[in-house]
Amino acid sequence: MTSPVQTLSKSLTVNDNPFMKPMEWVSLALLAAFILIVLPATLDAFRLNLVGKYLTYAFVALGLVMCWGYAGILSLGQGVFFGLGGYCMAMYLKLEASSVENTKIQSTPGIPDFMDWNQITELPLMWKPFQSLPLTLILVVAVPVFFAFVIGFAMFTRRVGGTYFAIITQAIAAILTILIVGQQGYTGGINGITDLRTLHGWDIRTDSAKFILYFLNGGLLIGCILAAQYVKKAKLGRILLAMRDKEDRVRFSGYSVAGFKVFAFCLAAGFAAIGGAMFTLQVGFMSPSFVGIVPSIEMVIYAAVGGRLSLFGAVWGTLLVNWAKTTFSESFPELWLFGLGALFIAVVLAFPNGLAGIYRSYVEPRLTRKVKALAPVGAPVPHGTPAE
Amino acid sequence: MNAAILSSPIIGESPDAKDFLLSVEALTVSFDGFKAVNDVSFYVDPNEIRVIIGPNGAGKTTVLDLICGRTKASAGSIKFKGQELTKISESAIVQAGVGRKFQTPSIYDDLTVFENLEISFPRGRTVWGALTFKRDAEVRDRIHEVATMIFLKDQLKERAEFLSHGQKQWLEIGMLLIQDPELLMLDEPVAGMSVGERIKTAELLNQIIVGRSVLVIEHDMKFVEDIAHRVTVLHQGKVLSEGSMERVKNDPKVIEVYLGH
Repeated sequence: MTSPVQTLSKSLTVNDNPFMKPMEWVSLALLAAFILIVLPATLDAFRLNLVGKYLTYAFVALGLVMCWGYAGILSLGQGVFFGLGGYCMAMYLKLEASSVENTKIQSTPGIPDFMDWNQITELPLMWKPFQSLPLTLILVVAVPVFFAFVIGFAMFTRRVGGTYFAIITQAIAAILTILIVGQQGYTGGINGITDLRTLHGWDIRTDSAKFILYFLNGGLLIGCILAAQYVKKAKLGRILLAMRDKEDRVRFSGYSVAGFKVFAFCLAAGFAAIGGAMFTLQVGFMSPSFVGIVPSIEMVIYAAVGGRLSLFGAVWGTLLVNWAKTTFSESFPELWLFGLGALFIAVVLAFPNGLAGIYRSYVEPRLTRKVKALAPVGAPVPHGTPAE
Repeated sequence: MNAAILSSPIIGESPDAKDFLLSVEALTVSFDGFKAVNDVSFYVDPNEIRVIIGPNGAGKTTVLDLICGRTKASAGSIKFKGQELTKISESAIVQAGVGRKFQTPSIYDDLTVFENLEISFPRGRTVWGALTFKRDAEVRDRIHEVATMIFLKDQLKERAEFLSHGQKQWLEIGMLLIQDPELLMLDEPVAGMSVGERIKTAELLNQIIVGRSVLVIEHDMKFVEDIAHRVTVLHQGKVLSEGSMERVKNDPKVIEVYLGH
């Protein structure tokens, strides 16, 4: 090692673990500008609402980056947490839409219409907390996270992992769907919870409300990206990576591996739940078709296409796949699912790190070279890692 | 029995005579009826380098697995500073002061040497602790100190996957050092190393012995002679012989099953 290199490495130790690298700030700024400025400026209200719906899936993809990409826990049941978050929100909205005046033609006024159709005459206990908005906002995140905690604790302390865990999460997604469909009087059944109108008196069906909700959604998404970035940058993020690689070494370095896995799984569930609640608010209903196996696997594909190790990639991947889905399924409705399957196989085989991986190995080096060429000759360009 | 207060500075042969750092008694593990470790007892003193040798399949690695909790014992006891280890979790065993190095270098390829060492730093081991862990001067200084010891101070920023085999072994030893265990268990630390690396490793082991005991599994007899205070020979899951290298080397039973060929 030559001495200039040593001095350089010393100067780098001053802040060798910044919250975000300059390139990451650029990525964040680009994403924020795209979501919060470019799209609202160019799309009509209908299309913008559609993008808002896509972005609610990005919350799930973001959670999968942490849980699957970083911690190595593949969950094929994220729809469960997305759905639970969405249902919690929908229950509040439904109760508000089922005021006594609105439902006076029912045999029991003041309860949701589907309950009345199912001969339920009293508001069930599990619906009671959703009469309060603050409680609902807490439960939107707390219920899915608690559920994830129970599943994670039961599985990870017994050292169930890998494929087995993925299959179990898939089974849970199937079970929950069946449960929701079967308990029609309590859940609205296969139709889900529909005809949602106001949030604390504010009509969410108008264009202006949808516009505001879109920005709220975008803001929350960026907040979640920053939260995920914090976890990634903390020692915990490196422990997750280490655990994915050499679980035993982490265990024999004095860590309780199960605890960290439960955390990653709960974090992903929390993000998914926020996405689900925003989905309900923007789309105006929630149904079991967002809980089951198919949506859960689609959500994994979003993360895989975007790049399962990249927070920004996950958002771009979600937008891209959903844009493709909307475009192609309008023209070739039968072929779309095959296309989606082919895309997943292609990602796994050809570019395992997704769009972010392609960007990192092809685009970024060229950009860096260009920047270097433009920079004055004497200026040192800091080099953290050796070129791969 | 090791709780006997008759602690004496003289190294005695009788197990009752003093306080041991580690006492393994009547340890047995059976896998579907096959006793991989069968009624093994041995005692390790503070500041002792103990080497376990024996032919393949003698149960050496299994003994280390049992001590660190990776495998659960069928019978017998393992006491570390008076605490029974067979009943507590792996992470609790580590926190009690037992460090374990695996046979193949077990390091985190995706992380830098610095980050590898940082993860092993004994602070912030809970989820909350890891979330709020600060890379302060104490951590940095300790990592630099250990990195110097393990000959890797110029590679701190390198990703661990780019290290040579020998450097990976040292890195793992370093990760254990930073934990500061009272008992360090090393499974074939010089396997696959060049002669030069082997000499450096012996030097490193002699340096880190201060204030701790080391339990080593090794096949390289030259290396064993260089470092061992005492040697335990395992054969077919049982203790065949124990004592100084000189004594073990001349034990006819040992020559027959192990050293002879």
